[in-house]
Amino acid sequence: MGRYKPIIGLEIHVQLSTKTKAFCNCTADVFELEPNTAICPVCTGQPGALPVPSVEMFELGVKLATALNCKINEYSRFDRKNYFYPDLPKGYQITQFFYPLAENGWLLVNGKRIRIRRIHLEEDAGKLLHAGDSITEAEYSLVDMNRCGIPLAEIVTEPDIESPEEARIFMEKLRTILRYLGVSTGDMEKGALRCDANISVLDTQTGKQSNKVEVKNMNSFKFVEKALEYEFDRIVGLMEKGEHVERETRGWNLSTKTTVSMRSKEEAHDYRYFPEPDIPPVILTHEFIENVKKTIGELPDARIERFVREYGLNEKEASILVEEKAVADFYEEVVKKTNAPRETANWFLTEYFRLMGEHGTSELKVTAETFAELFELLKQGTISRNIAKEVFQESVLSGKSPRVIVEEKGLRQIDDAKELEKIVQQVLEANPQQVEAFKKGKEGLFSFFVGQVMKETKGKANPKTVNEILNKYLRGS
Amino acid sequence: MILTKEGFRKMTLKEALEYPSKEELVSLSLSVIEEQDTKLNAFIYVNKEAGTGIPIGIKDNINIHGLPTTCASRILKNYVATFDATVIKKLRKAGFAFVGKTNLDEFAMGASTEYSAFGPTRNPHDLERVAGGSSGGSAAAVASGEVIISLGSDTGGSIRQPAAFCGVVGFKPTYGLVSRYGLVAFASSLDQIGPIAKTVEDAALLMNIIAGRDEHDATTVNREIDFTKFIGRKINGLKIAVAKQSFSEGVEDGIKEKTEEFVRFIEQEGNEVDVVDIPELKYVVATYYIIAPAEVSSNLARFDGVKYGLRLSGKSLQDLYKNTRGSGFGEEVRRRILIGTFTLSAAYYDAYFEKAQKVRRLIANKLNELFETYDFIVTPTSPVTAFKVGSVSDPMVYYLMDIFTIPANLAGLPAISIPFGKVGHLPIGIQLMGPRFSDAKLLGFADCLFRTTHSQEVR
Repeated sequence: MGRYKPIIGLEIHVQLSTKTKAFCNCTADVFELEPNTAICPVCTGQPGALPVPSVEMFELGVKLATALNCKINEYSRFDRKNYFYPDLPKGYQITQFFYPLAENGWLLVNGKRIRIRRIHLEEDAGKLLHAGDSITEAEYSLVDMNRCGIPLAEIVTEPDIESPEEARIFMEKLRTILRYLGVSTGDMEKGALRCDANISVLDTQTGKQSNKVEVKNMNSFKFVEKALEYEFDRIVGLMEKGEHVERETRGWNLSTKTTVSMRSKEEAHDYRYFPEPDIPPVILTHEFIENVKKTIGELPDARIERFVREYGLNEKEASILVEEKAVADFYEEVVKKTNAPRETANWFLTEYFRLMGEHGTSELKVTAETFAELFELLKQGTISRNIAKEVFQESVLSGKSPRVIVEEKGLRQIDDAKELEKIVQQVLEANPQQVEAFKKGKEGLFSFFVGQVMKETKGKANPKTVNEILNKYLRGS
Repeated sequence: MILTKEGFRKMTLKEALEYPSKEELVSLSLSVIEEQDTKLNAFIYVNKEAGTGIPIGIKDNINIHGLPTTCASRILKNYVATFDATVIKKLRKAGFAFVGKTNLDEFAMGASTEYSAFGPTRNPHDLERVAGGSSGGSAAAVASGEVIISLGSDTGGSIRQPAAFCGVVGFKPTYGLVSRYGLVAFASSLDQIGPIAKTVEDAALLMNIIAGRDEHDATTVNREIDFTKFIGRKINGLKIAVAKQSFSEGVEDGIKEKTEEFVRFIEQEGNEVDVVDIPELKYVVATYYIIAPAEVSSNLARFDGVKYGLRLSGKSLQDLYKNTRGSGFGEEVRRRILIGTFTLSAAYYDAYFEKAQKVRRLIANKLNELFETYDFIVTPTSPVTAFKVGSVSDPMVYYLMDIFTIPANLAGLPAISIPFGKVGHLPIGIQLMGPRFSDAKLLGFADCLFRTTHSQEVR
């Protein structure tokens, strides 16, 4: 470890996948809707409109807080955060400042507890569309209020994160949890999961710690790591030169791959928080909390443990399979049919993941039946392993069953010894030099002959039989 | 026409509900408005297409879909409401006709309706004088017979004080009984809609229509109350506290005398009366003028020139805000926004807002404690009678006028102002305040007293 050590805390905003917005009955599913089509008097701040908190927002919040091992407060209250901006129609954001939903949790990252300070509920703001290349050049800006009032859970960690990589892993792990709970899509690119970071640097030799810098605009997992790496290096650079590290907010700039100062701490807002008088305090009964907890299914860490225990996978394999809930669910569905967890995992981690990567999950027409049939064909010796890969790919891309593909393309394995003997003879006759060399001790050429036979049979020959025949001809055994 | 204009002007809601020809009522109302309102200026907007029904005046901070809601402010001069307030929906269903939007102090901040961008409302008993406020238009419209009844809103006395000044009945219900959805918020934790009426019975009848839990207002409560339950009954044998402060410095002599007369009257009616010192009253104005402006500074942030209402553009976003809000809001509104912005700021929150919240609880506790011994608390509604238009310029003088009405808002209690004769030619009002949810009984007791005093008068 080097002389300088980053100290990182995260502030994360999670868009909750509720049916309605936080304080009105507008739909919360506004992605790709025409601007200002999912709005009402409440979420556009019309005079006289009042907010009424949704119960569903609390259900999802309690699930999330439970999964992050937080203490859930039975007394929960909303407050107003006051500031002027055109995307904030009421001139204040309804949030929980004084009494958050939950506190004192943790998330395990690589065996280490990253502590969660608090989780609170609040509403999202709208979006500004600037008529111009940038906000400063725009002659005017338009406001889309579809996003106004979508419920957010804000997660604040303690400064327990010790590297940019750890920050990224924390976020990835959080996303997995969000998806398992079904409380958010967790899409960073679509803004459903947003991350700001506070970073300061400790000089371990002098014990001096730099000022804290807030980094914003990191809208992908990769950028969380990249921006924090950049910022760490920048701060270390200043410290090495003995220069002052300003307390400020900086934004990650995608095109320059640097962070740029947005505002100094002196310009910070006074948000004039005070209790939201339109909403009485929310008392979450023990019964409510327990009922919500009961609806939480198996969480990723528990599932990884079970995959190791039940299916005999190693932890790394299990982690990869579990990361996406849909993948893990599908894996288990397949295992039920194939009764071969080990073999199924191999196919998932190699062929299936490769195809997902190349074509995208939505393009794949794969069912548990595909695997079951394929395994059956392999088991019966109808096709070879190599052919099986080919059949799998075609099946997954076309949706045709493996059996049909094998029949249509005549991919049945050639296991007929007489037929194969003929082919072996042809191969040996066609390559007299290699035969000579082999007999002089160039044993390595054995696989060359196997390859030639496979080529002749378009890979359909049963390798075991081919080996036997070649042995007989070349070694006389 | 069977009903004369004069007959209409005296008509109660009870009579109107039974009156067979509702078409007549709207045209009578509109013609009285036409005749009276050039003098009174009770209405900001007269709705010539009010249709058929019982003519009611609606304070112009309550939304009626398709009609203007100005809040008597330049900033909302051309704003048209996009939805019905919950009370309006209920009144529509009950067969009321909205003949107009009544004048008020800008955003209901004031006690005289002089702080209206549309000029002051005049008192029907003396046109030189104010009608009170902030629901001055609603009170004057009822007192002059322009409408059968009206709706006001009460944050620190805005229903009761103008009712007292105009010689009519004004009722502020227990906080949470009437939905605030569609009432443009002034101070959300204090605001409550209520009736201004010619009789206590009318107020109770209207309460039965407008009250009830509302899914659009999280602060409403689920209570089945028949507000007319004790109407028309003889109610006595109660223990009544009269605040000692009713007779203290700052209360006009004529009002002290009328209050003493009222005390003798309720004693004669068979009730026990004690004069009780409520020292906490000296903190109510200070407490109120910290909490209310704090909420104002936040509630009025939405009027920013971006979405609706007045927009005065500038070179930057900051200029847009400054220009719009600087010239859109009147002086009193700006004063309160500034006070509230200050008291909520991080450096002063504990010293002002937080402390005021604590004092608010102390005041509420004191009143609740008194209600363990007494059924109701009596005070004058206002320490003064209607003053001349333009005669008060010191905001502190204004603020101190709210001393008797503010406690009910701070503690969320029901309170009613009933007329009790005159000092000279000016009406005065007596306030009766009860514990939370005692609304029906309070209305019943007030009704009993109101009937007795009014049967003694020649009508």
